Amino acid sequence: MNLEYTPEQREFRKEVRAWMEANVPSASLPSFDLTREGFEAHRDWERKLNDGRWGMVTWPEELGGRGLDLIRWLIFEEEYYRANAPTRVNQNGIFLLGPTMMEFGTDEQKTRFLPRMAAGDDIWAQAWSEPGAGSDLAGVRATATRDGDHYILNGQKIWSSRAVFADWAFGLFREPGSERHQGMSLVLFPLTVEGVTRRPIERMDGEQVFAEIFLDNVRVPVSDRLGGEGEGWKVCMATAGFERGLLLRSPARYQEAVRKLIAQYERHKDELPASVGERVAKSWMDADAYALTIYAMCSRLAGGGTIGPESSTNKIFWSELDIELHQCALDILGPRAELMAGAPDSGDIGNWLDGYIFALAGPIYAGSNEIQRNIIAERMLGLPRK
Amino acid sequence: MHFAFSEDQLAITEAARDMLVDTCEGADLRKLLDSGEAMDAARWQTITEMGLVAMLAPEEAGGLGLGLVDLIGIAEAAGYVALPEPLVEQAGIAIPLLASLADNRGWLERAVGGEIVAIGHPANPFVANADSAGALLLDHDGQVHLVEREAVTLTRQESFDPFRRLFRVDWTPSAATLVTDSWGDTAERGALLAAAQLIGLGQRAINMAVDYAKDRTQFGKPIGTYQAVKHLCASAQVKVEFARPVVHAAAAEFATGGLPAQARLAHAKIAAGEAADLATRSAVQVHGAMGMTWEIDLHFHLKRAHALNYAWGTNGRHMETVIERIRTLPTGADMTFAAEVA
Repeated sequence: MNLEYTPEQREFRKEVRAWMEANVPSASLPSFDLTREGFEAHRDWERKLNDGRWGMVTWPEELGGRGLDLIRWLIFEEEYYRANAPTRVNQNGIFLLGPTMMEFGTDEQKTRFLPRMAAGDDIWAQAWSEPGAGSDLAGVRATATRDGDHYILNGQKIWSSRAVFADWAFGLFREPGSERHQGMSLVLFPLTVEGVTRRPIERMDGEQVFAEIFLDNVRVPVSDRLGGEGEGWKVCMATAGFERGLLLRSPARYQEAVRKLIAQYERHKDELPASVGERVAKSWMDADAYALTIYAMCSRLAGGGTIGPESSTNKIFWSELDIELHQCALDILGPRAELMAGAPDSGDIGNWLDGYIFALAGPIYAGSNEIQRNIIAERMLGLPRK
Repeated sequence: MHFAFSEDQLAITEAARDMLVDTCEGADLRKLLDSGEAMDAARWQTITEMGLVAMLAPEEAGGLGLGLVDLIGIAEAAGYVALPEPLVEQAGIAIPLLASLADNRGWLERAVGGEIVAIGHPANPFVANADSAGALLLDHDGQVHLVEREAVTLTRQESFDPFRRLFRVDWTPSAATLVTDSWGDTAERGALLAAAQLIGLGQRAINMAVDYAKDRTQFGKPIGTYQAVKHLCASAQVKVEFARPVVHAAAAEFATGGLPAQARLAHAKIAAGEAADLATRSAVQVHGAMGMTWEIDLHFHLKRAHALNYAWGTNGRHMETVIERIRTLPTGADMTFAAEVA
C-alpha cells in the first residue's frame, strides 16, 4: 500500500494541468440541453479535447486514446474538474457505450464507432427506458424484428439524456414474442434517420435534459447490434456496472464542488451558525471517502479484479453526497437560496440551485437507489429475492 | 500509488481472522463471562504464539518489525468477533510505546511474551484490562510513567460492555516511575485501531442481521425477502463500505504526520463510529424484540461499538480536527492524499 503518486504520475498531472490551463474556455459554455448552439459548442470542446488526445485517456491509442491506467484516468479527471472544464456532452458514449463496446464489440464496430465517439463526431444517447419499463427494465416492449441482414425497430423510448440533439443512440430491443430477460438485443441506431421522432421533455426548470424517442419501422443493419442476438440483457448489465460503479461519476466532481462549498462557507462564516461548519466538514469527508473508495477500487481493478455489486454502493453514495453538499451550500445562501441566477440581488449565489435540481435526479437515474439497495441486499449480502 | 494490501498482508490477516472466528464465537464469549475470568487463557496463548501480539515489535525484541498497515485488517477481525482480549491494544499501542522508550525496564520483552501492559492515556480516564496487567503505562501531567501492578490500587468501573474491564487507578508518581516526557502518537494509534475494530463490529452486526432475516419467517416468508428489511441492511453496508477505505488510508498515511494525516484519522474514527452505530442499531431493528435480549449475541457487538465510539476521542473532538484541516489547508480533487497537502 502506497498512497503517494510516482514521479511519472506527478509529471502526468502537470501535463494535464498545463493543457487545461491553455485550453479550457474562460467563460462557461451555454447549456447543451437548451439550444443546438450550446450543444454544438460542447461538441467543439470534445473535438478540442480529442485533438489534444485527451478525449478518453484510458482507451487504446489506435482508438484515439492514450492507453493509460485507471489511476491516471483519476488524475486526469481531477485536473479536468479542477480546471472547471465543460461537462462532457458525450458522457453516455465515452463512459457507458465505449467501455461496453470494448468488451462486446466486433473489431469492425470498434474502429467504426470509437474514434468518432472520442472525437465528438458522434454524440450518443442511451435508449433503454420506456414508459412501461423503468426500474423493471426487463419489461421493455420495443422490438427489433429480423429482416434478412437488417432489423426493423419499433416502439417508444423515454428519459434519454442528450437525445434532443444527439446523433446516435444505443437501445434495448426485443425479438417480437420474447419475454423478460430473453430475446433482447442491444442495437445501435442513428437518431437522424427516417422513422425516428424525438420529443423533448422539459425538466422542472425548463431545460430539455431528456427526450422521448419514437421508432416507426427504423431499418438498421444487423451488424449494428452490440453483443450477441438475444444477449442484450447481459450487455446492458455490464454497461450499468460502468455507469453506477466508476466511470460516470468520478470523485473529482464532488471534491471540486466541496472545495467551492468551503470557499462559500469561508466568505459567509461570520454570519453563519457554528453548526454549518460541521455540515461542510461532513460533505468534505464524504467526498474524500468516495475518492478513497474509488482509488481502492481502481487499485483492485489494476490487480485483475472486476466491478461487482459494489457499483451499487457507489451509486447510492455519490447520489446522496451530491444532494447533501448542495443542500449545505443552499443553507449557507439562506434566503437567497431560492433566487434564480440573474436575479438583481443574487450576488454570489453561483449555480448551486441548478446543481441541486440536477442532484435531485441522482437517486433516480442509472438505476434508482431503491433498486440498488435491493441489489446490495441480494447480491452482496445474500438475502433471498423472494 | 497503490491503494491495496499486499498478498502477505492479506494472508496474515486471513490466518488471524480464521483463528479468531473459530475460537471466539458467541458461545465462547458466554463461557468466558460465566467463568468470571478476564481473558481466555488458551485463546490468548494462541494469539501470542501466532506472533500477532508482537507484530509491531522490533525484530531484535522478538517481534516481526511490521507496521500499522499490517495490523489494520487484524484489528478489524478483532472487532468482528468482539474479542475480549486486548490484542489490538497490546500489539498496536502498548508494545510500540514500550519499544520507543529509552529504558522499558524489561517490559517490552514481557509484553512480547504475552504479558499485559495496560494503557492509562488521558483520553480514557478509566484504564482497560488493568487487573490482568503486569504493569501499567500511566499519565501524570502529560508524562508517561511505567508502574508495576503491585504499586497501584484498582477500583472497578462497570462498563456496558461486560468484556471491557475498566478501573480507576490510584497510584503515586515518582521520578523512578517516569519513563518518557510524552505520549507521542499513542492517542492517534488508539483512535486508528478503535476505528478499525468499529469497521469489523459493524460488518459483523450486518452479517448477523442478514442471517437472522434469512431465518425468521413472518407472513409466510423470511423477513429478508421484504424490501424494508433489505434496505436497512443495505444502507448499513453502504456506510461500512465508505468508512473502511478511510480507515485503511489513515493507517497508510499515519507516518506522514501533520494536520492532513490527523484529519484523515479523525475522519476515519468518525466514519467508522457512525457506520458501526448504524449497523448495530439496524441489526437490532432487524432482530425485532429479540434484538433487545441477552439471548442474541448481537448485544456483545453493540456494546463494544458503543464503548469504542467514545474511547480515544469523541466524534465532536475529531470533527474539530477535520474543520481545522479544511479551513486552513488546501482542498480539492488534487488534495485527496496527505502527501500532496503536506
